[in-house]
Amino acid sequence: MALIDTINPLLTTGWAKGDAGWGIKEYEARGGYRQLRRVLESKMTQDDLIAEVKKSVLRGRGGAGFPTGLKWSFMPKAAPVKYVVCNTDEGEPGTFKDRDLMRFDPHAVIEGMIIAGYAVGAKAGYNYIHGEIFETYQRFEEALDQARAAGYLGNNVLGSEFSFDLFAHHGWGAYICGEETGLLESIEGKKGQPRYKPPFPANFGLYGKPTTINNTETFAAIPFILGMGGEAYLNLGKPNNGGTKLFSVSGHVNRPGNFEVPMGTPFSKLLEMAGGMRGGRKLKAVIPGGSSAPVLPAEIMMECTMDYDSIAKAGSMLGSGAVIVMDETVCMVKALERLSYFYYEESCGQCTPCREGSGWLYRVVHRIEHGEGRPEDLDLLNRVTDNMMGKTICALADAAAFPVRSFIKHFKSEFEYHIENKKCLVDPETQRMGSGFFKAGAV
Amino acid sequence: MVEIEIDGKTLQVEDGSTVIEAAHKLGTYIPHFCYHKKLSIAANCRMCLVQVEKAPKPMPACATIVTNGMKVFTHSELAVKAQKAVMEFLLINHPLDCPICDQGGECQLQDLAVGYGDSASKYEEEKRVVPDKDLGPLVSTDMTRCINCTRCVRFTAEIAGFMELGQSYRGERAEVMPFIGKTVNTELSGNIIDLCPVGALTSKPFRFSARTWELSRRKSVSPHDALGSNLIVQTKHDKVMRVLPLENEAINECWISDKERFSYQGLNSADRLTKPMVKQGGEWKEVDWNVALDYAAHALRDVAKNHGGAAIGGLLSPHATLEELFLAQKLLRGLGSENVDFRLRHSDFSADGKRAGIPSLGMKLADVSALDRVLVVGSFLRKDHPLIAQRLRQSAKKGTQVSILHSANDDLLINVTARAIAAPSQLPALLAQVAKAVCAAKGAAVPSDLSAVAVTPDAQAIADSLVSGSNSAVLLGNFAQQHPQAATLHALGRLIATTLGGRSGFLGEAANSVGGYVAKAVPGNGGLNAAAMIKTPLQAYVVVGTEPELDAANGAQALAALAKAAVTVVLTPFKTPAMLDYAAVLLPSAPFTETSGTFVNTEGRVQSFYAAAKPLGETRPAWKVLRVLGNLLELSGFDYNSSEDVRNEALGGKREFAAGMSNGIEGVALSIGDGSGKLERVADVPIHFADPLVRRSPALQQAADSAAPSARMNAATLAKSGLAAGDAVKVGAGDTAIRLCASLDNGLPDNVVRIAVAHADTIGLGAMFANLTVEKA
Repeated sequence: MALIDTINPLLTTGWAKGDAGWGIKEYEARGGYRQLRRVLESKMTQDDLIAEVKKSVLRGRGGAGFPTGLKWSFMPKAAPVKYVVCNTDEGEPGTFKDRDLMRFDPHAVIEGMIIAGYAVGAKAGYNYIHGEIFETYQRFEEALDQARAAGYLGNNVLGSEFSFDLFAHHGWGAYICGEETGLLESIEGKKGQPRYKPPFPANFGLYGKPTTINNTETFAAIPFILGMGGEAYLNLGKPNNGGTKLFSVSGHVNRPGNFEVPMGTPFSKLLEMAGGMRGGRKLKAVIPGGSSAPVLPAEIMMECTMDYDSIAKAGSMLGSGAVIVMDETVCMVKALERLSYFYYEESCGQCTPCREGSGWLYRVVHRIEHGEGRPEDLDLLNRVTDNMMGKTICALADAAAFPVRSFIKHFKSEFEYHIENKKCLVDPETQRMGSGFFKAGAV
Repeated sequence: MVEIEIDGKTLQVEDGSTVIEAAHKLGTYIPHFCYHKKLSIAANCRMCLVQVEKAPKPMPACATIVTNGMKVFTHSELAVKAQKAVMEFLLINHPLDCPICDQGGECQLQDLAVGYGDSASKYEEEKRVVPDKDLGPLVSTDMTRCINCTRCVRFTAEIAGFMELGQSYRGERAEVMPFIGKTVNTELSGNIIDLCPVGALTSKPFRFSARTWELSRRKSVSPHDALGSNLIVQTKHDKVMRVLPLENEAINECWISDKERFSYQGLNSADRLTKPMVKQGGEWKEVDWNVALDYAAHALRDVAKNHGGAAIGGLLSPHATLEELFLAQKLLRGLGSENVDFRLRHSDFSADGKRAGIPSLGMKLADVSALDRVLVVGSFLRKDHPLIAQRLRQSAKKGTQVSILHSANDDLLINVTARAIAAPSQLPALLAQVAKAVCAAKGAAVPSDLSAVAVTPDAQAIADSLVSGSNSAVLLGNFAQQHPQAATLHALGRLIATTLGGRSGFLGEAANSVGGYVAKAVPGNGGLNAAAMIKTPLQAYVVVGTEPELDAANGAQALAALAKAAVTVVLTPFKTPAMLDYAAVLLPSAPFTETSGTFVNTEGRVQSFYAAAKPLGETRPAWKVLRVLGNLLELSGFDYNSSEDVRNEALGGKREFAAGMSNGIEGVALSIGDGSGKLERVADVPIHFADPLVRRSPALQQAADSAAPSARMNAATLAKSGLAAGDAVKVGAGDTAIRLCASLDNGLPDNVVRIAVAHADTIGLGAMFANLTVEKA
C-alpha cells in the first residue's frame, strides 16, 4: 500500500508514484544522490559529516532510539576493515514501514548507506532483508545494480578516492535476526543468536570487524538530513526527538497504513489521519511501538504525542513506530495469548530465562484464555516476567515480558474475570463484530 | 593489573580477566553451567548472574570483564534472586528424577539445585521431551535432560577442532545434535561426558553399571601414549568401572583421549590370563605359581647353559612400567644376554651408540604451547598424540605456524601452514631439503652430505615458515622413529633445530618410550636389537607385556621367530591363541591398574602410581614375578622389597625428571635416497590397536577409528593399478600376500598404499616399511 497521509513528508516524498517511482532515474529526478555527490566533491571530512548527523538528533528508527551520530562516532578511526550494515529484518508484529521504504524508495537507503560508509570509513556494506518480503529483496538487488552502473557503488565512487560496495542478504524469517548481533551472526552464516555485549558491534561486529548497524529508516533519513541541514531536520520534530518518523498504524482503524509525521505529533492527530476508529467504536488500548512495547489504555494514549520521550513517560516505548490500535471488541486475554505465542515461537533458545520462560508465559496465558486459569496465575505471570527481565543476552526476554506485565497491569479485571468465569469479559459476539477475520458463527 | 572488590574482599587481577576468574582466585564460588575455563564464553545459562555496583541489571560473572574499582556482590539479594530465578527456569523442563539418572550424585545441576532451587516446582504445565541422539558407541544421550549450555558444542568446535555437535532449532525446541545421520567421531569425544553438567551425555560403557558414590577412586597414569595423562581410576569391588581425567595443566590439562578413557574395558576382557600355565607335552596346564616359575627358571637356565646367554632375547613392551623394564633387562643380563629391547616397532637402530643421551621431547609439554614455529615430521599426529595435537591446535589459533612433513595428509584439524607429503622413502630427502633451505636462509654452512640436494617449493615453504619464527622446534613422530632411515631423520631434525637456534624432539610412541632407555632396556655391547632378535630366531625369548605379532615392526617375522624358539616365557595380562602356540610358560602379570609402577613420559617426567585394584585371579604384578624369577635364577641384586626400590635404582635416586636426556646425535652417515619409485607401504598404527589393552575394549573397537584396515591409495595410484575404490585387492610383499579392500585416500602421495599394522587382518603382510604389489583379487 502506498502512502495515505503525511505531515511535512521527507522520507515518503518519493512514494507518490507508487511502484512506478522506485528506479534510479526517478530518484535522481527527486534530487537523489545529490547529497552523496556533494559530500564526495566537497571532500567533506568524516568528523563534519558525523557532526551534522549529531546535530539532527536523528535517533535510531529500529526501536531503541539510540542517537545515530553518536553511534557512528564510536567507530575506531584506525581500523583497516570496517562495515556498514542495514537492518531491514523488520519482524516485529505491527511494523511494516521498512518494507514500504524499500519498495518505494530503495535508493534513499542505498544513498544513506554509502554516506554512512564514507562517514565511518567502511568500504563495504550489507543490507539484511527480512525473508518474507522476497520481492522487496529482489527489487533491492535491482536497485543495487542500477547504483553500481551509475557509479554510486564500486571502486572510486563518482570518481572520488572513496570506494564502497553494498550487498543484499536476505534472512529466512527468524525474528531474532532483527537483533543486531543475531543479524551479524546470520550474515556470517551462523545460527542467528545474539552475541553477548560488550564488545559492541562498533568494536567487534561483522566478521569481528568494527561495524555500524542501523535501521533502514535511519539510513533513508540521512540524505534528507544532509539536504536540509541537521538543525532544520531537528526542528521538524521536537528537542531530543529530531525529524519525522514513519508510523505503521494497524488494527481497528478505518485506514491502516504508513504515515509520516513529525516527531511530537499528537496521537489523536495520527488516529485521525488513519481515518479514526473503525465503525465508530470506542478505542480501548494501543500498543504504541510494536508488539514488544507495553500496551497503553486509551485514556493514557490519547494524551501522548508520538515521540520517544512522551511515550516513554507514559510507560511504554515508541519502538519501531508500529501503532497497534485495539477497540472495545478486543479480548485482552486473547490478544496477549497471541503476543505470548509469538515470543515463545521466536526465542532463539540461547539464554535459559527466555528459552524456558517464554514457553511458561505462553502456556499459562493459553490456559487462562481457554478457561483453565487459576487464581494464582496472575501473580505467577508477574513473577515469571520479573525473573526473565534483564537477565538475558538480548532484549527478547524483556520483549516477551513487557506485554504480559502491561496487559495484566492495565486490564487486570479482564484477566480475573476470565479466570473466575472461564470465559471472556468481552462476549464472543462482540469480539466477532470487531474482527474482520471472523464470520458470525465461527469462533 | 586492576583492583576489584568481591563481596568486600579486594584483590588484584590481570587486565581482561572476567569476574568469575577473579572470584575463583579468591576462592569464591559462583554457580555456573555453561562457563568452562577451557572453552569460549557463551554466557547463555545465566546461572552466574551477580550484582555489580552501578550496573542496573545483574551481570553474568563469566562474561563481565573486570574494571578498576569494580565492586561485585555474589551473594547480595539481587544476585541470589537472579540465580534462584535461573535455577527455577532450568528445572521447569528438566526431569526431576535424579534417582534414575546416571548422572545422579555427580551432577552439577543436582548439586546447585540444593542451594538455589525450591523444594517444589511451581511449573504445572507439560514438560519438554527431546529425542535422544546416536553419538556412537562411547557417548550415551538423554537429551530431555539437556540444559542447552552448549559446552559439548563448543568442545567439539574449539578443542577437538571440528564442530560435530550443534544446537538446532530455536527457543524451547532447541536441541543439541550431531550432523544428521552422523555420530561424534573425534578421538577426544569422551570429554563431552565430563563437560556435560547434567545427565544428558553419559558414558555408554559405564552407564547404569554403578552409582558414583559406590566407586573407589585412585590416581593413576595412562599406559598408552607417551603423554602420560593423569587418570582417576574408579573401581567397585576391585573391578575397574570407569576412568576419568585427573586434571594436570602441565600434561593433559583437563582432558584425556577416548583411548585412555575407555581402554579399561580391556581389563575385564575374557582374554585375561588369571592362572600361570605351562605347556607339557604339547598340553597347556594351569599350575601353581611356584611350579610355573620353577619351570621358567629351569628352562632359561638350561638355554643359557647349553647355548650361552646370547641365545636368549628379551622383547619388552614400551607400555610396560619402568620397574618391569628394568628388572627384565637385569634378568636377561644376569643370564648373560645383551639381547633386550623395548623398541619393537622400530626398524633402524643405527643411531644406537651415536646418541648424546636419552631421546625425548626435548622440552616440557607446556613449552610446546609456547612454540611459534613447529615442524612435525612423520606423525599421524591426531591419532598418535591426540592431546599434543590439541595443544598445537590451540597455539595455531593464536598464531603458531605448524608445518607437516609426512607420508599422509590426514586432516589434523589444525590450521597447517606448510606441508610436504611424499612416499616414505622420500622423507629423508624432503627433510634434507628443508635442512638445506634453513641453512641457506640462516647463512649457515651446508653439510657436504646435502650439497646435491635440490630444494623443492614444498620444502622451501616449510623452511620459510621455520626461519620466520623465534621459538621453533622440529618434532619427530612415531612414523619417523619407525622409519628405516630414522637415524637420518633424527640427525636432519637436529641439524635444522640447531641451525634455527630452536629445539628438536621426539613425540614418544608409548607410555615408556623414554622410560625404556632409562631402564636400560636396550641392547648392550654386541646385543641384538628388537629387529635382529626376530630376524634371526633365538633359542629362547622372554616376552613382557606385548603381543609381538601385532606390536612388532614385522609381525609375521616375529611370530615365525617365536615359533622356532625352544623356550618362550611370556609375562602377560592376556592370553592369545598365538601365545598358546609359541610359548612354553604363561605368567599372568598385572595390567597397570593392578600393580604399582612408573611411566616416564615423553618429556622425561617420572610419574609413579599405585594399584587401583587387586590383581585379578592369580595375576601378580610383573615386577614381583621378575624379582622372584631373579631369585630362582640365583641372580644377585634381586632383593627388592617394593617397586619403589626398583624405581629408585632404575632412576639413580628419586627424581622428578629422568637424567641423561639429550636429542643430540653424532656420526650418523646420512642416508638420503631419491625414493624407490616402487609402490611403498605406509603403515599407520590405528589409535585403538596400538597396544594389547586398547585392542580389547569392545566400545572402542566399535568406534569410527577402529574400522577394518583397507588398502588406501590416492586416485592416481588406484588408476595406475587399474583399481577402483571398493575393489577386492591382493596386496603382496615379497613372497607373502593378503587380501583387502581398496579405498580412496587423496591425502596420500603417489605410489603408496596405506595399510594399517597392529591388526589381525594385516599381520601376514609383514614389515611396516616395504615395497608392495597390488592387483585386483
